Amino acid sequence: MAEISQGGGGGKKGGGKVRVKKASTKIDMTPMVDLAFLLLTFFILTTTFNKPKTMEVNMPDKVQDEKEQTKVNEKDILNLVLSENNKIYWYIGLTPPVTTTNYGKDGVRKVLLEQNRANPKLMVLIKPEDKSKYENMVDILDEMEITNTKRYAIVEYTPDDKTIIAAGTGGAPLETETTQP
Amino acid sequence: MGKVKVHRTPPSLDMTPMVDLAFLLVTFFMLTTTFAPEEPVVVDIPKSVSEIILPDKDRMIISVAADGRVFFDMDNKNHRRDMLQSIGQKYGITFSEDQLRSFSILSGFGLPVGNLPQFLDMTPDERKQVTQPGIPSDSVNNELADWIVFARVSNPRLRVAVKGDRGTDYKVVKQVVNTLIDRKVLRFNLITGLEQEI
Repeated sequence: MAEISQGGGGGKKGGGKVRVKKASTKIDMTPMVDLAFLLLTFFILTTTFNKPKTMEVNMPDKVQDEKEQTKVNEKDILNLVLSENNKIYWYIGLTPPVTTTNYGKDGVRKVLLEQNRANPKLMVLIKPEDKSKYENMVDILDEMEITNTKRYAIVEYTPDDKTIIAAGTGGAPLETETTQP
Repeated sequence: MGKVKVHRTPPSLDMTPMVDLAFLLVTFFMLTTTFAPEEPVVVDIPKSVSEIILPDKDRMIISVAADGRVFFDMDNKNHRRDMLQSIGQKYGITFSEDQLRSFSILSGFGLPVGNLPQFLDMTPDERKQVTQPGIPSDSVNNELADWIVFARVSNPRLRVAVKGDRGTDYKVVKQVVNTLIDRKVLRFNLITGLEQEI
């Protein structure tokens, strides 16, 4: 085992002289080493290296004053309504057609890329319904990151959106949204 | 003297370098390990491609369980103690020294303020048996808002992180987010796991 040897353990040469018998300086290190490895194993197993990741979200402040609201042309607005069962409704401005899509690669990502290319001034409004899941929100924020969409905001899902989706009736009252990217 | 003795070398090996290395590693792991605090509720975090790492200190975590219960957690013992005292003042509850101490080493919790003294008097084992109802965060009774305010008073550098379960209804998340916005916390983090495949 691990040992420190010095001297060779006493004199054997046995001359005439009486030698002082040296005590062995060997230390049995086995228990210490055992303990060291036990601790090592324990700490290796308990250490978590991958810390949780986060995504940063900036929300617009609530603006009370009508004047401070930014007015956006309705043609520049892409509405994404996150519905239940992982469904997304999307439409431009305030008018149908309303199209259904999903969170897949060929779903909302394609829509975002196409719309971004078509209109550089695009502003995306994310409107999660109460019944949509938290995962949907994270997924859609992720898609914003992936498609490099800078101008987006999470806003309230209003009854107006509901009418647009439900009936497909155009000409809902024009409404200015409070939006800051 | 006729026989030739086979000179046997003792089968000993110098293990000193190995032991050195072992201790070096032990020291390293001991110093780097931070024990994951016990969570009062299991939260299955969603995946994202974001790679920003959650800060280790000056953070407040608002966990939202799948069933909509809201939990609150903050680091730093001293700040927690300050926070509880201010909360106590607001709600007219005086916390004893023991209660303050056990709160400061507690991890996340999800209880209305009124139930806290009773909860803090329990032993850690008893606390595990209790199903925590979550912090009230609706518009009628928004205690979460008070926690956020007093947490930020006790530590102004606090980062806010929201840790939601994948299956949580957006309704609850909206409540939490609106509470944050109302208290002028406009920039916060959402805790996510790393997605392997993009």
